[in-house]
Amino acid sequence: MNTSIQSAGQAQSDLSKGQVSPFWQITPFNCVFILFFIVPLLLILMVSFWDFNEYEILPDFTFKNYLSIFDGCLNTQEMCVTLKTYLSTFKFCFTVWLSTLLIGFTLAYYLAFHIQSAVVQTALFAICTIPFWTSNVIRMISWIPLLGRNGLVNKALIESGLVQAPVEWLLFSNFSVILAFIHLYTMFMIVPIFNSMMRIDKSLIEAASDSGASKWQTIWNVIVPLSKTGIIIGSIFVITIVMGDFVTVGVMGGQQIASIGKIIQVETSYLQFPLAAANAVILLSIVLMMIWALTRMVDIRKEL
Amino acid sequence: MKRNSEFLILSIFFALFVLFLYGPMFIIFLLSFQGPDGGLTFPMNGVSTHWFEKLVQGMGTVDIAAALERSAYLGFWVTLITVVFSVLAGLAFRKKLNGANIIFYTAVASLIMPSIIVSLGIGLEFRLLDNAIKWILAAMNMTETLESYGTSLGLYTSALGAHLSWTLPFGLLVMFAVFNRFNPSYEEAARDLGATPWQTFRYVVLPLISSSVIGVGMFGFTLSWDEIARTSQAIGDVNTLPLELQGLTTTVTDPSIYALGTSTSAISLAVMACAMLVAKWFNKKQLKATS
Repeated sequence: MNTSIQSAGQAQSDLSKGQVSPFWQITPFNCVFILFFIVPLLLILMVSFWDFNEYEILPDFTFKNYLSIFDGCLNTQEMCVTLKTYLSTFKFCFTVWLSTLLIGFTLAYYLAFHIQSAVVQTALFAICTIPFWTSNVIRMISWIPLLGRNGLVNKALIESGLVQAPVEWLLFSNFSVILAFIHLYTMFMIVPIFNSMMRIDKSLIEAASDSGASKWQTIWNVIVPLSKTGIIIGSIFVITIVMGDFVTVGVMGGQQIASIGKIIQVETSYLQFPLAAANAVILLSIVLMMIWALTRMVDIRKEL
Repeated sequence: MKRNSEFLILSIFFALFVLFLYGPMFIIFLLSFQGPDGGLTFPMNGVSTHWFEKLVQGMGTVDIAAALERSAYLGFWVTLITVVFSVLAGLAFRKKLNGANIIFYTAVASLIMPSIIVSLGIGLEFRLLDNAIKWILAAMNMTETLESYGTSLGLYTSALGAHLSWTLPFGLLVMFAVFNRFNPSYEEAARDLGATPWQTFRYVVLPLISSSVIGVGMFGFTLSWDEIARTSQAIGDVNTLPLELQGLTTTVTDPSIYALGTSTSAISLAVMACAMLVAKWFNKKQLKATS
């Protein structure tokens, strides 16, 4: 991405007379991100050290929010709520990441290497991306008629005699949360991986098969390394979404499953902003570490 | 032969994925036309528009029409601002821009930042602003204004900002993709012929990028129209349509929620279709003009 910025910058480096300076052109854009991204993040950091009572937040410098979050976490007998919640979120994260990666990679591979016609390719790609622009909540509740107690799946299972009573874990469970995540966010894997694959020189694949590589060897030794950037970008999207999610876990978990995002949401609804801010700082640090680890993986590969 | 069987397997996998993607949505589309005695699941008890009528009459305490209107207006302003700011930023990035890398990575960071964090931050920002305003009003002894002062959180302040922090990075990425493939010789030709920078932009650059600009607008509207996570903590007393919808998932137990789902999806799809048609029309005009 670095190179694309530079090449875009070099396209027209001289400012001729009467032209608006790039500083003024970028200013509205910058203002939005200063006002609605950078300042809010700094305020979160600041308020995470504040105190609060039932009615208002009080300027202070205290570690008590952080201490209360990790209260009891040194106990080796039973895991504290915070660690339990993170563990559950990590489990979701890993399952969803692996599933979306495998499904997304397979679909992108199919689109990039098996569809010859550019028109068909564009059409199939559009089919995969259109649902992204419709409502997530509606796509979540659309599973109710399928997975509910009297849903289609349960009816089919009972009629076929596989089960006697309706299966309860299909909806408002860990299963339905993971299913909804895969349903909603596989697109974030397909798009960047497909993009990377389209840049792969097709003659490399031919060269691999001419040299006697099997299909799997070609995929593993040629396509996967060359799609690495797309895989990493997709992974960053999916991981950050799942780590901070509270809507999907809420709706698909029947408001019964905990997540860090949900803790933050509940705390703000009780006006416990400093506590919510401290949780946000911790979540942000963890997410940044994960992104840092992921981006290092691409760079190391490039250097080798 | 081997290649054919692989193609077949992958084609079936793709078809199953499309079914997985669209099947559930198609089912709620069907069930929203459930008869008046029908429930949330199959079978269909007749076919009717009963639940759409119920939707128009309002769902309990929630005024759907008002929420729809708010979301539409907000979506309009988000679209307009996203288009203008993204195009300007795209133009700026083509020149020598100080801090280009920082600006780019800030936008990307905003895109991948967990939405609940951005939302909490914006909510806090405006609450602290409220406190400051109240403090100033109290210090100036303006008790009447102080008593009537509500909050600075709202649709066109905090919620608008929250939406822009989400739509603008997409807009910038689209503009990058456009300008990376843009041939600068057209502009040079225009300049050589004596066009002013504004004329060059208006009559040469803008027509060439018009279909992508429409695309940015479509991103802006559809993303704003369905936004929940970033808006959730950054809105005052009134809710947008998706927030109302999210609330309704726990309380409504009849197909009117499917009717609402069908309606808002229809609006999203209609906006997408319009955007594509307009982009196509621009492209055609472009081809005619250049050939």
